[in-house]
Amino acid sequence: MKEFKILAVVVFFSLVTYWLVEPLAHSILHKHVDSNHFTYADLPALEKTGDVANGKELVMGAGACTGCHSLEAAGIAASMDAVTAASSYGVNPPDLSAVGAIYDDKFLAALIKDPASALNVSHKFDPASGKMHPMTQFYGAGGDMDQEVADMVAYFKSIAPKAEEVTPAIAYENACGRCHAVKYESWTQIGEKPTFKFKKDEYRFDANVLEYQEHLTKYMGALPPDLSMYYRSRNVHFLETFIEDPQSHLAGTAMPRVGVNAESAEKIVEYLADSADTLREDRESVGIKVMIFMLIFTIFAYLWKREIWKDLH
Amino acid sequence: MAHFEKANSLNEWLDQRLAVNTLKRVLQTEYWIPKNINFLWAMGMVLAITFGILLVSGIFLLMYYQPNVDTAFDSVNYTIMREVGFGWLWRHVHAVAASVVFLIIYIHMFTGIYYGSYKKGREIIWISGMLLFVAFSAEAFSGYMLPWGQMSYWAGMVITNLFSLGSLEFNGLVEWIRGDYVPAQAFLTRFFMLHVLLIPLAIIALIGIHFGALRLPHVNNQDGEEFDYDVEAEKYKAGDKKNSKVIAFANDFLSKDMFVVAVYLVFFFYLVFWNYSFAMDPVNFDPADGLKTPAHIYPEWYFLWSYEILRPFSKDIGLIAFGFAQVIFVFLPFLDRSPNAVPASRRGLFFIWFWLLLIDMIALTAMGKLPPEGIYSTIGFVSAVVFILLWIALPIITKFEKKV
Amino acid sequence: MENESRRGFMGKAFGAVSGVGAVASLYAMKRSWDPLPSVAAAGFTKVDLSAAEPNALVVEKWRGKPIFILKKTPEMVAAQTEEMTARDVIVGGENFLIAIGLCTHLGCIPSYRKDSTDFLCACHGGKFDSSGIDTQLPPPSPLVIPPFKIDGTTVVLGEEGPEYAKMKESGLIA
Repeated sequence: MKEFKILAVVVFFSLVTYWLVEPLAHSILHKHVDSNHFTYADLPALEKTGDVANGKELVMGAGACTGCHSLEAAGIAASMDAVTAASSYGVNPPDLSAVGAIYDDKFLAALIKDPASALNVSHKFDPASGKMHPMTQFYGAGGDMDQEVADMVAYFKSIAPKAEEVTPAIAYENACGRCHAVKYESWTQIGEKPTFKFKKDEYRFDANVLEYQEHLTKYMGALPPDLSMYYRSRNVHFLETFIEDPQSHLAGTAMPRVGVNAESAEKIVEYLADSADTLREDRESVGIKVMIFMLIFTIFAYLWKREIWKDLH
Repeated sequence: MAHFEKANSLNEWLDQRLAVNTLKRVLQTEYWIPKNINFLWAMGMVLAITFGILLVSGIFLLMYYQPNVDTAFDSVNYTIMREVGFGWLWRHVHAVAASVVFLIIYIHMFTGIYYGSYKKGREIIWISGMLLFVAFSAEAFSGYMLPWGQMSYWAGMVITNLFSLGSLEFNGLVEWIRGDYVPAQAFLTRFFMLHVLLIPLAIIALIGIHFGALRLPHVNNQDGEEFDYDVEAEKYKAGDKKNSKVIAFANDFLSKDMFVVAVYLVFFFYLVFWNYSFAMDPVNFDPADGLKTPAHIYPEWYFLWSYEILRPFSKDIGLIAFGFAQVIFVFLPFLDRSPNAVPASRRGLFFIWFWLLLIDMIALTAMGKLPPEGIYSTIGFVSAVVFILLWIALPIITKFEKKV
Repeated sequence: MENESRRGFMGKAFGAVSGVGAVASLYAMKRSWDPLPSVAAAGFTKVDLSAAEPNALVVEKWRGKPIFILKKTPEMVAAQTEEMTARDVIVGGENFLIAIGLCTHLGCIPSYRKDSTDFLCACHGGKFDSSGIDTQLPPPSPLVIPPFKIDGTTVVLGEEGPEYAKMKESGLIA
């Protein structure tokens, strides 16, 4: 009985120390940010029902989206390669084929109308000082602007792959991958790095990446970090709330709100988990087997001890 | 040449050449341990097993780890964690064991303090134990450098800066230790050497001394009772095991140890698979960057109490207080002036001293991690002062302790 | 008897000779831990200050250490004490802070706060004003001014120019 009392004392002080240096300390050290579950409550709701055909016309129209963005689902290729695009815009404009599945509808509409405020980067792009966001806002094609925007969103949704067809990699590459490399998944800002047969081809690719990064650095103020290990260097809650609104954690950051919907955010986190904690499922399954073995080991250890100590008491 | 008879069995053959029977008798069957002990007496075995786990997991990490500032981070986080078969297991086991070993060391230490197992012939056990604590600390610190993450780099920066010794400005010494103006390649490679060779050698040698020092004074018992080991051993050997106050190391003591070890390993593997982040700080999963300090720099939990003693004071006084905290435990056998080698519960003021010390060190540990502002800073300062006062008071209160 | 004392003496002499060898090898070991000549020699950084923007911190790298360069606005200069102005480096008629960007407490990099024009060290809460003078414990001393030489509108770090020598003379640099 005395041993249990001693054990209780040891366990008590160990747990108190653990609680102080882990849960308590981290709750004090880190800013607490609540998730809004990707509702984007600050953005106006879409009230109009969009017309796909009209949306298509608007998207493809002269001087409209496809002037800068590729739309591979409709056979429109990029007018320039990633590096050249970055030299003109600061960052490569995304292909629009899957945006209808990845981003929130409200966000897409708000983005078309006013990019800087939808992206939460108005602090960076102040028209008064002549710093304009590289994406020109949509001023309307002459009709009801809200209706036109709703039409465009409806068109994007009609050509987008189904939610289940959007893999974690697609979600990541669209929403994050043009700024953030993920070395451990061979992802660079200009696409996946292939394996090269010749050294000179590899150097050429690497030089392109560096050039792209140079433009990006100028545009963002600093090179956005490689996210290979972010799943372990940050926690899931941090990643989710950060993706939802970077300003909530890092006020004044140049990183825009990317406006993904909840399912895409989950996929992005999964992509990061695959990079940083690839074998997490092995850990679970091996862990359970080891625990079962350890319990059996403990039972045998106890039985052996009891046999030996029978003579000693 | 000595005369050798032809051996009739493998055991006899070995006995002729290695005296295995004598060894077995001296180290196992007639190595007497008091019977009146509790599970805290198994912490030595738990530590030995944990050290073994560290050694084995370390060997497997060593085969793919690359001590190079450009590749170290990726060799750990990509090669070992993603490619090497069960590499992730060795890494988690190594990291968690390195942290848990300190929990057990602290339990082992406080057990020794509580039961007075550091005096009356047991001084060398205590001193070698404290040297082991220092060696393990150095081993933990040097190992922490190797993944070359943000915490590796900045802990390396902060701790090596301590060697400038405050206002003495021994910057040359700091640069000599680093082999550069800042932690860089030379720094990583030399800490790699320390971690995998020099310090482990020192630890193994110290463990030898620690075990050896135990032999003559014998292990203490739960009540600090003095008895004649020869008489009790005779009783045991005559078959009166029930009334003898001693047991044999093997298998009597060992079987109980192994049961405690088994329970410990259940706890240990739970941490390895499900609750490892206390031992693998998230910040260290960001690669080292000498131009970007992490928002909060704190050492691993087991260094927090001594780190906190450094913080609340001005630089020079902080360093003196820190130095004091590092060495003072070694002198415990001489600062405790009382001849009583009995549990603290029978030692009056010393009993209060023991619990105050424990609580004070936990308070220091907690404050060491928190940002040094407002109330945390005040609690840290008070705890640091209390720590120093407790050690100054120790010789006085034990001097006037009644003999029991 | 004589033989024995001689044996004792030779034993001690042998010990002494071994000691000399051991000390000599210790010296070799000490030297092996020294920074390499290539590491020690690398270390003159040129910075052009003509394009610096006021109240925007520029961080340069010198000998692996971050160097803070801050061009002060006229308002900042007007508001500062004499002690602060004495630490300013004047290049092209403008006041600059040039300092090693490591907290003098334990070597973390303080961050610059534009609004309050001061530096805050995240590690232990130390603060420095815009001239690098410590204003809140634990840092024991101001940010260190690295050896510099003014050459037109550029500054060479690692070389001691007359301005640096003057600061040293007046006791600003320990």
